[in-house]
Amino acid sequence: MSDAVRFIDERTSSAPFLQKAMRYVFPDHWSFLLGEVAMYSFVVLIATGVYLTLFFDPSLAKTSYHGVYAPLRGASMSEAYRSVLDISFAHKAGLLIRQTHHWAADVFMASIVVHLMRVFFTGAFRKPRELIWVIGLLMLFTGLLEGYLGYSLVDDLLSGIGLAIGYGVALSIPVIGGPLGLLIWGAPFPGTHEFESRMYIAHVFLLPMLIATLMTLHLALVAARHHTQFRKSPKHTERKVVGVPMFPGYAPRSLALFFGVAAVLFLLGGLVQINPIWQWGPFEPYLGTNGAQPDWYLGWLIGALRLMPSFDVTIGHYTLVPNPFWGGALFPLVVLFILGAFPWIERRLSRDYAFHNLLDRPRDAPTRTAFGVAFLTWIFLIFAFGAADRVFVLFQLSYNTQLYIFRIAIWVIPLLLFFGVRRWCRELLLAERIEARQEIAEEEAQRRYAPPAAADPSVPPVRITG
Amino acid sequence: MSLLGRIVAGFGRMILALVTLMLSVLLRRTRRRREQAERIVPESSPAPAAENVVVGLLGVATLLALGFIVVYAEWSAWKVSNELLGICLGLSLAFISAALTVVAKRLVVTEEIEHDYPPERHPEEEQQVTQLVRESGSGITRKRLLVGAGAAAGGALGVAVLTPALSLGPLWYTDPLYRTPWKRGIRLIDETGRPYAAAEIEQETFYTAFPEGASTEDIASPVVLVRLDPSQIQLPRERAQWAPGGILAYSKICTHAGCAIALYRKPTFPVLEPRPALVCPCHYSTFDPATGGTVIYGPAGRSLPQLPLMIDGSGNLRAGGNYSGPVGPSWWGVRSGKAT
Amino acid sequence: MRRLTTICTLAAAALLAGTAPAGAQPQSGIVRPASEPPYPTLHLGSELFAGNCASCHGVDGSGVNVPRAGSGSVPGAGPSLRGVGALAADFYLRTGYMPLSSIHDQPGPDRVLFSDKEIRSLVAYVASLGTGPGIPHPQPNSTLIAQGLHLFTDHCAGCHQEVAEGGFVTGALVPPLQSATPTEIAEAVRIGPYLMPRFSTRQISNAQLNAIITYVLSTRHPPNQGGWGIGNLGPVPEGIITWFLAVPLLIVVCRMLGERLHS
Repeated sequence: MSDAVRFIDERTSSAPFLQKAMRYVFPDHWSFLLGEVAMYSFVVLIATGVYLTLFFDPSLAKTSYHGVYAPLRGASMSEAYRSVLDISFAHKAGLLIRQTHHWAADVFMASIVVHLMRVFFTGAFRKPRELIWVIGLLMLFTGLLEGYLGYSLVDDLLSGIGLAIGYGVALSIPVIGGPLGLLIWGAPFPGTHEFESRMYIAHVFLLPMLIATLMTLHLALVAARHHTQFRKSPKHTERKVVGVPMFPGYAPRSLALFFGVAAVLFLLGGLVQINPIWQWGPFEPYLGTNGAQPDWYLGWLIGALRLMPSFDVTIGHYTLVPNPFWGGALFPLVVLFILGAFPWIERRLSRDYAFHNLLDRPRDAPTRTAFGVAFLTWIFLIFAFGAADRVFVLFQLSYNTQLYIFRIAIWVIPLLLFFGVRRWCRELLLAERIEARQEIAEEEAQRRYAPPAAADPSVPPVRITG
Repeated sequence: MSLLGRIVAGFGRMILALVTLMLSVLLRRTRRRREQAERIVPESSPAPAAENVVVGLLGVATLLALGFIVVYAEWSAWKVSNELLGICLGLSLAFISAALTVVAKRLVVTEEIEHDYPPERHPEEEQQVTQLVRESGSGITRKRLLVGAGAAAGGALGVAVLTPALSLGPLWYTDPLYRTPWKRGIRLIDETGRPYAAAEIEQETFYTAFPEGASTEDIASPVVLVRLDPSQIQLPRERAQWAPGGILAYSKICTHAGCAIALYRKPTFPVLEPRPALVCPCHYSTFDPATGGTVIYGPAGRSLPQLPLMIDGSGNLRAGGNYSGPVGPSWWGVRSGKAT
Repeated sequence: MRRLTTICTLAAAALLAGTAPAGAQPQSGIVRPASEPPYPTLHLGSELFAGNCASCHGVDGSGVNVPRAGSGSVPGAGPSLRGVGALAADFYLRTGYMPLSSIHDQPGPDRVLFSDKEIRSLVAYVASLGTGPGIPHPQPNSTLIAQGLHLFTDHCAGCHQEVAEGGFVTGALVPPLQSATPTEIAEAVRIGPYLMPRFSTRQISNAQLNAIITYVLSTRHPPNQGGWGIGNLGPVPEGIITWFLAVPLLIVVCRMLGERLHS
C-alpha cells in the first residue's frame, strides 16, 4: 500500500493534500448530512440522466406510434414523446431508470429545501458564510428550472400545458415580456421545433454544468472556512472545530449515505409510479385536462396564479401588467430576494457583524426563527392552495370557499405564527436561564457551606434541594 | 562431486546465507521503524461479530445485484416487472449502505479530534496582495483611460458575441404575437378536415374548430364553437352580426396563461343552475360566451377573443373576419394592437 | 348571565332542530303505495311519481319553474320531463342522482332508494310523458381503446380528467367515472346531467360512444406499469410521496449515521 501512495505522490505531489484532506474535521450532527443527501441525489440524477440521453430523441417532428402500448397505437405524436414511450416499454429497465431519474429530481429539490431550513434556523448563513448561502439559493432556483425543463422535454399533455403557462408568465413580464417569450420560443407558443433543442441542451448540459460548478464552489467554500458546529461541549468554540476526521471515521458514513440515498431512489423508481406519460397522451396546444399540475417544487407558483383576483393593470387600451406576472414572476423573485438578502438584513437589524462558527439552536434566535417559520408558512399556504381543486374533489370543500379563506389565511396565519413562535422561543430561553441560575446558586451554596471533608472527590457532595 | 562443484556449492551456500542475513536485518529495521512511528489513529478493538454482519450484508447485496441481472435477462421488456428490477437494485444498494454503516459504527474507530478554525483574516497576505497590484501599476500614468478603453472593448465584444442569439427569435417587435391564420371567408373544419355545417351545431354542447389550410399547432388556430339561444346573447354593438343563428366562436386559448379552454358547462335547469360558460382547467378562468367572452370568474384579466362567423351558400361555417382581439396570454401593450 | 346563556343556547338548538327537516329531506322519505304489484307497471310508476317526483317536476311532469313549498314544506323546482324518454329516467334513478334531497344540491351519485321494479315502473311512466330516446345498449370493445382515448381527450378530459378521476368546473363537482357502468356512461353522454354538455349522436356517433366507453372502463384498472399508481392524479400524490415517504426515510438514514446534539 505504501508503494501505491508513493507512486501517486511522486507523480502528483498530492501527499500533503491527501494527509490534510484525510484528517479534515467534520463536526458531527445528523442534520449536517442533509446537504449531502441533495448532493447524492444529484449524482443519481447525472447517472440515470446519461442513460436516458442515450435513448431520448429531442425532436418535435411528428410521427405515428406503432409500438407496444395499445391505447396509443396509431396516435400522432412527436418523436420525443415516442422515444420516451419506447424507453418506458421497449427497453428493459428503461422505465426503472426513467422513474428513478424523476424521483431523484423531486427528492433533490426537497432535500435542498430541508437543508436550507437547517441552515437558516441554525444561523449557519452568517458571516463568513453568506456567499455559500447565496450559492445554495442559486442552486435551488437553477434546480427548479432544470426539473421543469426535464419533464417538459417529454412533450406529454401535462407538461405541455405547463409550458404554455411558462410562456404566459414570460409574456406577462412588463416591457420585455412579449419579445422575451418570442426569443425563447422562437415564435408564438408552441414555438418552433428548435425550442425542443434549446430545452434539451439546457437540461442535459448547460444547467447541470451550472449546478455542478455551483456545488463545487459551495463545497470548496465550506471546506475553506470549515463547517459550522453546535456548542456541544466547552471544547466546541468559535476558534476550535471539533469533530470526526474524514478518514477513517467520516468516509464510510458518507459512503453509506450515498448508497442509502441511491437505494431509496431506486426503490421508489421500481415500486412507485411517477409521471406515467402514456396515460396523459401527447400534447397538442388545443387539448386540455382537468387536474393538470406541475411537479411539487413549482406548486407554489400555481397556487399563486390561482389565488390572484382577476385584473390586468391597464391604462385605457394599453396593457401594462398582465395578471400572471404577480403570481408567476414577481412572487418567486420576491422570495429569492428576501432569502438572498437575509444574511445582510439580519446583520443590519441585529447589529451583529461578528464572525460565527458556532451554530444557534433555533430558540437561541427568536426573531430569526419566528420570521423563518412565518415566511415559510406564507409560501406553504400559497403552495397548498394550488391543490384546492383536488381537495374539493376529495372532501367536497367548495373551491370558492377555499379561495376566500386562503386569500385571508396566507397573511393572517404567518403573522400570528411570527408572534407566537417568537414568544415561544423566548419563553424556552427564559426557562433555561432560570434553570441555569438555579444550578449556579446550588453550586455556589455547596462551595460556601460544604464541610472540608467534601473536598475528597470520592465523597459525593451534599446536595441542597429546593 | 568434483572439486569445482564443491567450491561452487559452498559459494552458493555462502551467498544464500548472506542474503538471508541481510533480509532479516533489513526486515527487523523496517519493523522497528514502523513501531517507532506514533499511532495517528487510536487502536480500535476487534469486533469479529460486526465483521460477520458486514460480510453477511454484503453477501445479500451481491445476491440481489445478481438477481437484477437475472430478472433483466429473463423477461421481455413489456413483461419485465419494474417492481422486481427496482427491488433487486434498490435493496442491493440498501444492503451495501447497511454494511458501510456497520463498518462506520463498529469496525472503524470514530475519533473526536480538534482543529483550529482558519483565522478570520490574513492581514499580511491581504496587504501583500494589495501592494502587489498597486506596485505593478506603477508604470501606468493614465489608468482611467486604459480601464475605459478596456471596458469599451470588452463590452463591445461581449455584445457582439451575444448578437447571434438574436436569431433565436424576433426581438423588440411583437408583431408575430398578433398574427392569426384567420381571414374573412376561411372555412371552419374539425380535426379530420371536415367542414362544420351550421345546422349540425347544437345547443348545450361545444365543438373545436380549426381554420382550413392552416396548422392546428398555431396557437391562434383552434376555436371553440357553441350555440346559444339568440335571445340570450348580448354582444357588443359592433359584433351584432358575429353570431348567425346564435352560433358563437371564441379562441380556445385562455387569455390568462395560454392553456386550452377544454371545459364547457351548460345548465340543465337554468332556473337554478349557472348560465353557460367556457372554463379553463389550469386556473379556472371562466368566460361568458353570451356577452362576448367576458371574464366571470378566475384570474384572467382580458376577455376571450371572439371570431366573427358567417354561413356560406352551402350552409358551412366560415370566418367573417379576424378575432376581436389578440389571441393567447396577455403581454405588455397587448390591448393596443389588434389581431392581424 | 349564565342562565341567559343557557336559554339562548337552548333556543338556538331548538331553532336549528326545527329547520333541519326543511333543510334536508330524510333519505328514507320515499312515498310508496300500500301494496305494490309483483312486476313493474305503468300505474305503479305514476303513483311513485306523484308521491316522490311531482313536487319538483310537476304533477304532469312539465316542470316547476318557481320554487314553491312542496311535500314536507321543502321548496320544489325542477325541469320538465316531457320527452326526455326512458334514457334520462333510467340514468337519474339508477345512479341515485334522483330523488334530490334539496333543490340547491348538485345531483350526484347517491344511494339508490327505489327497488329495480320501482325503477322500471318509473322509467316506463316518464317515457310515456312524450316521445324520447330509449335506454341505450352500448357495445364496448377492447379493439376500440385507441380511438376511445383520443375521443375522450378531445371531449371529456377537460372536465373528467385524463384518467377519469373527476375534477372541478366552476360551480360543480365533476365525478370520477371508475364505478360507472357502460349504460350509465352512454346515458350521461346523451343527457348531459346537471352542468355537463349534452352530446347527441350527430356529434358523437354510437360507434364513437362505444370507443369512449371502452376507454372509460379501462380507467378502472389504469396501466400502472411503473408500480403503485398513487391515484393516477399526477404530481400532487407524487409530491406527497416525496415529502411524506422519501424525506422522512432519508432523515431516518441521516439520524442513524450522524450524532445527536446531546449524545
